[in-house]
Amino acid sequence: MVMRAVLPTRAEALEAVLGPAPVVVPADGTDLERARAAASTVCDPELPVLSIADLGVLRDVRIDEDVVTVVVTPTYSGCPMMQVIERDIARAVRAAGFADVHVRTELSPAWTTDWISAEGRRRLEEFGIAPPTGTRPLGPIQGGLHVRCPHCRSLNTREISHYGSTACKALYACRSCGEPFDFFKDH
Amino acid sequence: MTDARSHAVRAVHISVDEVELAAELAGDEGRTATPDIAEYALWLGDDALILAQQLGAWIAHAPELEEDVALANIALDLLGHARSLLRYAGTADGRSEDDLAYFRDEPDFRSAWLFEQPNGDFAHTIGRQLAASTYLSVLYERLQHSGDPVLAAVAGKAVKEVAYHRDHAVQWTLRLAGGTDESRRRMITAIDDIWPYVDELFRDEPLIDRLGDAVVRPSTLRAPFDAAVAPVLAEAELEVPTRFTASGGGRRGEHFPTLGYLLAEMQVLARAHPGATW
Repeated sequence: MVMRAVLPTRAEALEAVLGPAPVVVPADGTDLERARAAASTVCDPELPVLSIADLGVLRDVRIDEDVVTVVVTPTYSGCPMMQVIERDIARAVRAAGFADVHVRTELSPAWTTDWISAEGRRRLEEFGIAPPTGTRPLGPIQGGLHVRCPHCRSLNTREISHYGSTACKALYACRSCGEPFDFFKDH
Repeated sequence: MTDARSHAVRAVHISVDEVELAAELAGDEGRTATPDIAEYALWLGDDALILAQQLGAWIAHAPELEEDVALANIALDLLGHARSLLRYAGTADGRSEDDLAYFRDEPDFRSAWLFEQPNGDFAHTIGRQLAASTYLSVLYERLQHSGDPVLAAVAGKAVKEVAYHRDHAVQWTLRLAGGTDESRRRMITAIDDIWPYVDELFRDEPLIDRLGDAVVRPSTLRAPFDAAVAPVLAEAELEVPTRFTASGGGRRGEHFPTLGYLLAEMQVLARAHPGATW
């Protein structure tokens, strides 16, 4: 009889590589601050350097008669990681001492990369993912901004494919250092 | 080994039913779709679901690896739209998105024939993508201002995603039409084969009269669709085909013959193991 190994889920595989997601329980502050801080520790499993707060996915945290409601919005309609994120939020907020946690997903207003924080952009680049260049027009000049290589910082880069390893990324290559890299595309 | 085992034993169990989709779609603050709105949501949801299923079949078969990834990403976006729309449609009579996707038979689907056209060769898929993504762009552009807040929210999110899909289809149309003699021949054949199914998208069924400003009147999308397609075909030096118009009938449950086979493949697992989760 052939014993077949039980395949880990994607979340388990990521945990095996990265270690368990740290659950930081903030010690002080008001209940609302503690609940919010706990929810903010959750990361997108496919962008483990970025908290959902930095990603702009965490929209609101409220407490109403001991029930914590965390409001999130998906990056892309089909993002498969939302299910894992919702589970992790509930776990993190419960670990901070709130028994009743409710995670709500709202589609409107639609998420945009403009909601990624400055700290989030910095961490993305540090992780090797070129951050979005911004969706708002910056002046009278039309046309996309150059995407900077996160490895050698050259602006001499080119798009290989509009679609990358996840819905939110495109595949780029650097003409200077020759390395391929992910670009978190403007949305 | 111990580590691997402990990971395997601690199962991460996620069932679709446990996951709360957009709060706009259900719950205390959510809305329940009227039967007419639910029917309209089925039109759009089934279009997205059938196209997602078809594009998924390209994975590991596309001309290059980047295309496997691109078509899979497009399919994933469409599946996201389908889930939201079917979930909303289901609020009218208490059915889940899974009930609607896996346990309806062919005559109960409402997809239009364009979305049911087989993948064909890569040029056919690109031709279908050009028509579908252009139609969805002009549709969601308008639907995001719908009087129905749920349809507006789904469309407001989808409009940004289908713009990428359209960009992908336009780039490939130009590349194939302007490539080799063989790629050009195939692109011309594909547009010829696909375009007869475009007309159905712009027919006003009686349902539309009942829904008023909650939805977009399909016939009003024809002009923006043609205006968006014309410069692409002109740049690709392709003619707008006028061979014939297919009868259509998807909105009434009369489908292109290939839909049954597609549904059989899509539904067999869920029907063989009803209620199974992973």
